[in-house]
Amino acid sequence: MILRVRDLSVRLGGSHILQGVTFDVPPSGVTALLGRNGVGKTTTLRAVLGEVPATGSVEFGGDPVLGRPTHKLVRSGLGYVPEDRCVFGGLTVAENLRLAVRGADPDYDTVHELFPELRARAGQRAGTLSGGQQQMVAIARVLLNRNRLLLVDEPTKGLAPAVVSAVAAVLSRVAEQVPILLVEQNLAVVRRLAAGAVVLEAGQVAWTGAASDLLGDAGRTRTLLGVGRA
Amino acid sequence: MSTVILLTLTGLGLAALYFLIASGLSLVFGLAGVLNFAHGLFLSVGAYATWWAEPHWGLAVAVPVGIAAGAATGALVEVVLIRPLYKRPTEQVLVTVGLSLAGVALLQSVWGADPRTFPRPAWASEVTTIGSAQVPDDRFLLIGTAVVVLLALLTFLHRTRYGLIIRAGVENRDMVSALGIDVRRAFTLVFTIGGALAGTAGVLGGMYFGSVSPGQGASLLIFAFIVVVIGGLGSVTGSAVAAVVVGLLQQFVNYYGAAGAGDVSVVALLALVLLLRPSGLARTAVTA
Repeated sequence: MILRVRDLSVRLGGSHILQGVTFDVPPSGVTALLGRNGVGKTTTLRAVLGEVPATGSVEFGGDPVLGRPTHKLVRSGLGYVPEDRCVFGGLTVAENLRLAVRGADPDYDTVHELFPELRARAGQRAGTLSGGQQQMVAIARVLLNRNRLLLVDEPTKGLAPAVVSAVAAVLSRVAEQVPILLVEQNLAVVRRLAAGAVVLEAGQVAWTGAASDLLGDAGRTRTLLGVGRA
Repeated sequence: MSTVILLTLTGLGLAALYFLIASGLSLVFGLAGVLNFAHGLFLSVGAYATWWAEPHWGLAVAVPVGIAAGAATGALVEVVLIRPLYKRPTEQVLVTVGLSLAGVALLQSVWGADPRTFPRPAWASEVTTIGSAQVPDDRFLLIGTAVVVLLALLTFLHRTRYGLIIRAGVENRDMVSALGIDVRRAFTLVFTIGGALAGTAGVLGGMYFGSVSPGQGASLLIFAFIVVVIGGLGSVTGSAVAAVVVGLLQQFVNYYGAAGAGDVSVVALLALVLLLRPSGLARTAVTA
């Protein structure tokens, strides 16, 4: 397993958001982290990344990492595509990408192959890009570096259907090279990308298994995710 | 006409001082989120270091000593006092306020509360005739230094990797960390830069006022805070524009209005900006 999460708990502002979350992420393919709004999916990613204080244990590539500074964890090969993109709006596209470069040999070839538009918009301020273009920047930032795992948080949120499909296609290609832990509300995207699934409910893991088993069972999908079959 | 020229250049000289203090203050708050009430102490340390060093080594050495003392104080304060308190903003404010008060008391206990005559280059005491106005040359020293510092800061922010990190960190420091960058090094750097700029302001302030006193930094800091808010947190250019507006407004209203009306007008301007444009002239927190 590339990531092992055991008994992960997070308290924020008096709320017990994660209450002993336990799951594994295999070293290949896409694992979806699912659940209704507010169950702790983003908090789980942020806790793994060290952005919020947490207890329990997190092993990344066999190394215990809980409590390590975020920047050190990222430099060890953990890429993060945050919810709402978080591009630096006052910086140009080229500056956003340059900032993300960690090593001496950034993979601009892959970035420009997957997102040729970014080359054309290199001098444009990222804050003036559309949501889809900003998502390209956010994904491109992690593709510049060699990572052992990507944490991708709601990459299709707020995007037009055509852009959702394009983003899913890119993630599908990326997943051939590096495993992804994907938080996603769009079950069609999950169906397309994910092999495994972990479902959170009220800060705890309510179900784990194959994504196809979850999404193929309308009753289970409705019970766990509050939606009909995708 | 000569009065207008003199008031304009004096206002711009004052603006130069405000800018030198405010730009560092703005970067520190914009990046690290620290409301640094001890920033005036950096200015005083720079001024006193130059005043102390000048009789020993001459002004040419004493000036860099003052700037370096401001920078070292900024770095030391960040590493020793602020770093353990990044997640405790209330304690941060208390520490910087306490440090400011303790620093003034320390300077008073060592060199007394009375102003000390500050050295300046001989040419800075002369005057230049512009039109019919006799303008003291120290105004040009202040304005020229501020312009050079502004250009140097913008070059640093736009042409270097650390500048890029600072500009990004002002927008979203958590995301900078999530890109694998140790943003706390940038915190130390902006405190050091802020300290150096404040030290420069201390040296120039001493030359402008002709003296240095323990409370000089704290009194200038009030207007620097106003400049930071009007200019927009984290914006160097915004600080420069706001400093010019504040410096000119203060000078002209003080001359043509009642005594003290200049200070009141600056506070009124601050209230107006907060009402109409709460994020300041730069609107978005960018370090451009």
